[in-house]
Amino acid sequence: MIASITLKDGLATKSSLEAASFAAAMADATGAEAVAVVHGALQGDGGLGATGIKKVLHYPAELHDAGQIARLVAAAAQGASAVVFPHDAIGKAAAPAAAVHLEAGLISGVTALPQDGAAPRNVFSGKATAEIEATTNQVVYTLTPNTFSVASGGAEAAVEAFDAAVGEARVKVKSFHPSSTDGQVPLPEAERVVSAGRGLKGPENWGIVEELAQALGATTACSRPVSDIGWRPHHEHVGQTGITIRPNLYIAAGISGAIQHLAGVNQSKVIVVINTDPEAPFFKAADYGIVGDAFEVLPKLTAAVKALGA
Amino acid sequence: MNILVCISQAPDTTSRIAFKNGNTEFDADGVQFIVNPYDEWYALVRALELKEAGGGSVTILTVGDASTEPTMRKALAIGADAAVRIDAKPTDSMQTARLIAAHAAGKGYDLILCGKETIDYNGAVVPGMVAALLDMPYVALATKLDVADGVATAMREVTGGEEEVEVALPAVFSAAKGMAEQRIPNMRGIMSARTKPLNVETGASDATTKVRVFALPPEKGACKMIPADQAEELIRLLREEAKAI
Ligand SMILES: Cc1cc2nc3c(=O)[nH]c(=O)nc-3n(C[C@H](O)[C@H](O)[C@H](O)COP(=O)(O)OP(=O)(O)OC[C@H]3O[C@@H](n4cnc5c(N)ncnc54)[C@H](O)[C@@H]3O)c2cc1C
Ligand SMILES: Nc1ncnc2c1ncn2[C@@H]1O[C@H](COP(=O)(O)O)[C@@H](O)[C@H]1O
Repeated sequence: MIASITLKDGLATKSSLEAASFAAAMADATGAEAVAVVHGALQGDGGLGATGIKKVLHYPAELHDAGQIARLVAAAAQGASAVVFPHDAIGKAAAPAAAVHLEAGLISGVTALPQDGAAPRNVFSGKATAEIEATTNQVVYTLTPNTFSVASGGAEAAVEAFDAAVGEARVKVKSFHPSSTDGQVPLPEAERVVSAGRGLKGPENWGIVEELAQALGATTACSRPVSDIGWRPHHEHVGQTGITIRPNLYIAAGISGAIQHLAGVNQSKVIVVINTDPEAPFFKAADYGIVGDAFEVLPKLTAAVKALGA
Repeated sequence: MNILVCISQAPDTTSRIAFKNGNTEFDADGVQFIVNPYDEWYALVRALELKEAGGGSVTILTVGDASTEPTMRKALAIGADAAVRIDAKPTDSMQTARLIAAHAAGKGYDLILCGKETIDYNGAVVPGMVAALLDMPYVALATKLDVADGVATAMREVTGGEEEVEVALPAVFSAAKGMAEQRIPNMRGIMSARTKPLNVETGASDATTKVRVFALPPEKGACKMIPADQAEELIRLLREEAKAI
């Protein structure tokens, strides 16, 4: 079992730790060894041993071209029965090429361990699920973020230097532009999200959304029209044509709950809807609802959260 | 510049999703099909803009049976010059990618543009496979794309932000929101689409994965309503009942 890992500041990212835990659980079930492949500066074992990874293959240079990452992982995966990537920006770019090099079937965006050879994933933008099986011996998986818990308690993993012919970088990174989320967890990884829509009336009113998000340690998101008219940045747009998320908690204020919006958020574990219209379709998809004015309700919620902490 | 845009058809976003044959097949009965939004709004429109600025041609390609031709005509109406349909029923990303790559190999396309994912299968993998099969560089989730002197400059989504990247052509890109704005076809486009070439090619490739069974998610239980004047109660429930905070 091979897990493809992305490091940040020398440690595995959250979605990478999930992929490592997934690979380790599969290794456990089959008696195989769980191995992680990493590239770039590494601190200790990158936090991977704790998830059940036994060995870390370390390629010293940091790679930014998915084509190179795919070659590295394919080289490490010779003979492995399965390869796991996080279904994040890097996994989406590198896993398909790795599958081509390995001539392995790729099951992308899985949400749980395979059972009887088939793994579940969401299809039709979250409106259905499917059990997918591969007809090849070797299988590449990409794991949807926030669907598999990070394991802990494993022993420090052995780190081995690893070299492979990864070729030249053909995609060259010129600059990085962080989304201005001021220390917020990136949306796809966020466990709590506070989101707002056209019901907020204008960008100047987003303070009450940000304050609740801050009190909860949540990331902010928005509906598509709100990012289209420029009230909020594009990277906050969730839904069918934006980002798909599945946090533990999704709070939506002033969003009607159109089917295209739901497609991106309906896999959240707990959904809270605040809307002045009792007939808003979003209430049908919600766990908790408040029929009320976001301008009154959001500050009350913020105060109640703060009171918990006090 | 010659650009290939891979488009797939997808059920209209408001379609009711149902399955047949013991939940092993999508039930397309009564479903309206559209061009997959990422392929149409972003990949195709950006391809047309690049052509309008620098000359060349835009060819669209679909792997699908004859039932995909109406959506292909729609893409022609938006402005593509020619269309290719590879006559096969796509059941797997690797199979689809091999058929696309077999068509594209040696044709001299400078750019291959895809959508970031299909809204039915949501795989996000076909373009990456096409790139690997053709040994071309691949930029996934591109939100901006410009080309000058055989070099493409693109922005791509990465965790926590965006990266500006540079890559020599030919190359493959998957398009995400931001790359272009949706275009509504006009009457002239719709009329001229009828006579544009739509060539059918044959091809065969084996699938490497298959769907064992589909399922619809369980119905949500009733939503618990909390009176607006007791909003604090919600926070208590989220902590004690839902254990979400
Ligand atoms: C192909 C396609 C793809 C799409 N993709 C997406 C997508 O990815 N994401 C997305 O979000 N949308 C998407 N849409 C758009 C979608 O159909 C809806 O138009 C959109 O989600 C509506 O946004 P909204 O809920 O913010 O605005 P509205 O529909 O205008 O709803 C505003 C809501 O706020 C409520 N409200 C008003 N005032 C208050 C107040 N003071 N307090 C509380 N509530 C209040 C109203 O009752 C109403 O329910 C897509 C559409 C299409 C056709
Ligand atoms: N059957 C198909 N024919 C042509 N292009 C396709 C087909 N399936 C997928 N694609 C392209 O690959 C992209 C990603 O698809 P997927 O990997 O299925 O999510 C789509 O947005 C299309 O651009």
